[in-house]
Amino acid sequence: MGQAKETKSGAVMVVGGGVAGVQAALDLTELGYYVYLVEKSAAIGGAMAQLDKTFPTNDCSL
Amino acid sequence: MEAGRSPNIEILSNADLLALDGKPGNFTAKLRLRPRYIDAEKCTACGLCTRYCPRHLVDQYNEGLAVTRPIHIDYPQAVPATYFIDPKSCLHLQHGTCQICVPVCRSKAIDFSQQPEEKELKIGAVVMAPGFGRIGNDTLAKYSYGKHADVLTSLEFERLLCASGPFEGEVKCLTDHRHPKKIAFIQCVGSRDLGCDNGYCSSVCCMYAIKEALVAKEHDPEVEITIYYMDMRTQGKDFDAARTKAEAKGIRFVRARVADVMPWHKQLKLTYSLLDGTHHFEGFDMVVLSVGLDAPADARHLANIAGFELNNYDFCRTETFAPLLTTKPGVFVAGAFQGPKDIPESVTQSSAAAGIAAALIKKDRNKGYVVKSYPKERELAKDEEVRIGVFVCHCGINIGSVVDVPLVEQYTEGMEGVVYHAQSLYSCSQDAQEVIKQKIKEHNLNRIVVAACSPRTHEPLFQETLKDAGLNRCLFEMVNIRDQCSWVHANEPAAATAKSKDLVRMGIAKARHIQPLPEQTVPVINRALVLGGGIAGMTAALNLAEQGFHTTIVEKGEGLGGHLQHLSYTLRGDNVVQQLKEVSDQVEKHKRIEVMTNTELAEISGFVGNFSSRLVIKKGKSAKESTLDHGVIIIATGGREHRPEKVLGNEIKYSARIVTQSELEKRLAGKAKDRAPASTVMIQCAGSRGDDLAYCSKVCCNHAVKNALKIKELDPAAQVVVLYRDMRTYGYAEDAYREAREKGVVFIPYGMEAKPKISGSGKSLKVTFHDPILREEVTMTPELLALSVGIVPEGTEEMSKLLKIPVNQDKFYLEAHVKLRPVELPVAGVYVCGLAHSPKPVDEIVVQAQAAAAKAAIPLVKGCVTVEPTVSSVDKELCIGCGLCESLCPYQAIKVAKDESGKRKAETITASCKGCGICASHCPVFAISMGGFTDEQISAQIKAFGETSDKE
Ligand SMILES: Cc1cc2nc3c(=O)[nH]c(=O)nc-3n(C[C@H](O)[C@H](O)[C@H](O)COP(=O)(O)OP(=O)(O)OC[C@H]3O[C@@H](n4cnc5c(N)ncnc54)[C@H](O)[C@@H]3O)c2cc1C
Ligand code: SF4
Repeated sequence: MGQAKETKSGAVMVVGGGVAGVQAALDLTELGYYVYLVEKSAAIGGAMAQLDKTFPTNDCSL
Repeated sequence: MEAGRSPNIEILSNADLLALDGKPGNFTAKLRLRPRYIDAEKCTACGLCTRYCPRHLVDQYNEGLAVTRPIHIDYPQAVPATYFIDPKSCLHLQHGTCQICVPVCRSKAIDFSQQPEEKELKIGAVVMAPGFGRIGNDTLAKYSYGKHADVLTSLEFERLLCASGPFEGEVKCLTDHRHPKKIAFIQCVGSRDLGCDNGYCSSVCCMYAIKEALVAKEHDPEVEITIYYMDMRTQGKDFDAARTKAEAKGIRFVRARVADVMPWHKQLKLTYSLLDGTHHFEGFDMVVLSVGLDAPADARHLANIAGFELNNYDFCRTETFAPLLTTKPGVFVAGAFQGPKDIPESVTQSSAAAGIAAALIKKDRNKGYVVKSYPKERELAKDEEVRIGVFVCHCGINIGSVVDVPLVEQYTEGMEGVVYHAQSLYSCSQDAQEVIKQKIKEHNLNRIVVAACSPRTHEPLFQETLKDAGLNRCLFEMVNIRDQCSWVHANEPAAATAKSKDLVRMGIAKARHIQPLPEQTVPVINRALVLGGGIAGMTAALNLAEQGFHTTIVEKGEGLGGHLQHLSYTLRGDNVVQQLKEVSDQVEKHKRIEVMTNTELAEISGFVGNFSSRLVIKKGKSAKESTLDHGVIIIATGGREHRPEKVLGNEIKYSARIVTQSELEKRLAGKAKDRAPASTVMIQCAGSRGDDLAYCSKVCCNHAVKNALKIKELDPAAQVVVLYRDMRTYGYAEDAYREAREKGVVFIPYGMEAKPKISGSGKSLKVTFHDPILREEVTMTPELLALSVGIVPEGTEEMSKLLKIPVNQDKFYLEAHVKLRPVELPVAGVYVCGLAHSPKPVDEIVVQAQAAAAKAAIPLVKGCVTVEPTVSSVDKELCIGCGLCESLCPYQAIKVAKDESGKRKAETITASCKGCGICASHCPVFAISMGGFTDEQISAQIKAFGETSDKE
């Protein structure tokens, strides 16, 4: 098994890459932090990526 | 997906969290990265491999309604945009055979030798956002789910509606592909149901059912849709409007309990019972189950690894006044995992969690931050030849199914200045950005036109791509052929295509004249102003101060606390008085917070980063003034109880026997022996939802249940009757609603066709209403009538004039984007939270305040703001100094002053200018031009509209 170690300071880990996780990650970077976005599936997006249009504004999801 | 482009976000997909050790500010996380078997660096997402892969795989992304292959990508805009191989179904990984994809891949990206990798991360804080899980199939089975293919979950139905779904957006029965004529929605499947251990309400299903029903109606106006529900919980800001719209479109709402769904001839038979106990049945072609949000399947596992607790439903455990703190310090929560919620609420929580995490590790701010660098901007030579690249987008089939995209693209061939044109399936996808960059280089393009969706959402993305390619971001023009063509002319494809051609021709005409515009930055004053010292204002100020920023709270009343001072306890039993005291003590003691009471904002000028406010401080009869300079402002001016004079057509004389819920709460929290009335009638939506106020106030149902429970606690024999339209005890409040019913509180619905009547006062007080179970009129003479009145915002109209920010029809502030920017206002540097935004319970207010603080901290952290380059500029030669522009500018962004030679000339204050164009359109001598919208550019566009090209 390969091993890798990261020693960056000022980093936050976000677990889950749905809308909630992605938004948290974006805001954290805006606030000056480095983010590891950990997602268990092959792509981020979560449930929202499966939705057609979303209320209340009914525009496309992403 | 912005996240895929940020140099400060490292996406670790296919990853499992294995361990988390350490303490706040200094955690170590251990991850396992499962292999994709495809080299992300090499994969171009061409899709050839999927075509060759021989094995079928049920497509989970399409909710099992379609098939894909073990080697695939879920959807073209996926981030990371790399294919992957599902090891559980791949023939090679399972049986050591096949490997056909390896030679097929032209970029040699397939690598079966990849092994799982372990990775250790050093982090200061953790945000948990694992979302929600699925309701188990056994719960769905009672509606014949799994036995009959035309019984679908709402998520499956969502895929059917979606252009990228199994039938490309056509709704068809799965049994025989006929178009369903009758569709039923069943609400509360897997929610509000102790039978499946989910006692809570999932909060989003009522709203998404309406959405899905409306979209289905759009696809096929003939389809008949019925929604079977217990309560329609559309309590969000402006959500009731969607229900009204659905009713107007002929969608039928039936308050009923569905017993079962059975196959019946070629249809499905749905049996239901009404309130009066009668049973009925009806046939449908398709049945959609509005499934709730369950806790994530691996919630327990995650909680064990990270060391935090779950609540009784396996969602994350949190407290009313600290809604985003898990029980493990340094680990925060956001999104549906905190409790079922919609996207706007999830996004708000995320910003809030980001702000709290940022405060925790503020000493490490910017230490790991990578500053994005762009290639040097290429300067355009003075007479450089115009070289336009046009990209026409299919948006999946969103545009492509209506507009003939290839035709539109071909149409640009040979147009003056156009040297390159292409189509793309999703021009917003990551690889499409790479293509644009590449084409800019290859063809030396210096103007880009993208014909796709709305510049409001997507212009920044493309502009960023231009910057990455070394072009000024203003050398870009976006044409909206989705909203303006494929959406509004969905039924006239030929006309929509013709209109797209017109718009593209006009966009190109404008593009020939666009010029690079400079980007300017302005420094930011390192202080925040928070208007309002209620729980929202205090929470926001505390978070800003914790993040290291000096904050001034301006409160017009005598002390801190606001509306919450009128409440005593919450539905969950928190002691409000004590909690409020703790928060105000913290605020008063904080060295970076200054509190100014008896103070009002009289005037504000300036712009994001540089506001200046004039404050009036009242002292007895005299008043003092002071000014305050600040970089950002948070509006938390709150609201108050509405006291309608008329309720459901009845004149109201408030008295000791006719009170509001707040007054009842005060009485119940008091010491009097007889404080619990022997008999109480409560009327919900008193003066709300179209009665006096147009909207739902979101908290009154909870308030009624809370008081009813308190009465029952004090006197179990007391009689309490609640007359309601829809009980909106969403989320965990549903537990309290159930408890109240169990304790004998009687809930009786009323409709707008038979409103309760109130007569008399004092001892002769009478309430008459229709009882749907007895099917007759009932008159009660209660000791007390409690009205569940709504909430109105405080002083938003005056403030909106002062700050030049819009309010909605209900006088609440109108946020910049309901879903994606819920706490930002349209004026940069101004944020909103609490009751000033919309009525909501205290836990949601705390979150919103933290989110507003996080957003407000962004410019403060950066220390400077970038001004939009599309601003007005004055040609001093032409200006006659008439001052018309100054008097018209709604943002005070243009001033007339004497120049060196003493002549009056107008000048734009760039940082204040919003680029609205009022000045330019009114200048009598055409001395003002708008960056990006010059007279020359607009005339060219209009002229192009008149030209019909020879090809037509
Ligand atoms: C049918 C349906 C329709 C809806 N329609 C709307 C709508 O129109 N408008 C609206 O506002 N809301 C709608 N919602 C609600 C909306 O889907 C949620 O509000 C939103 O998706 C919540 O986002 P989230 O990020 O919290 O969770 P999710 O979207 O569930 O994302 C969670 C992510 O975390 C990942 N994850 C989970 N566990 C782990 C782990 N242990 N390690 C790493 N990663 C993990 C998951 O793979 C997933 O990518 C709808 C919901 C449903 C079911
Ligand atoms: S009442 Fe709650 S659980 Fe039931 S459908 Fe509506 S939102 Fe979902």
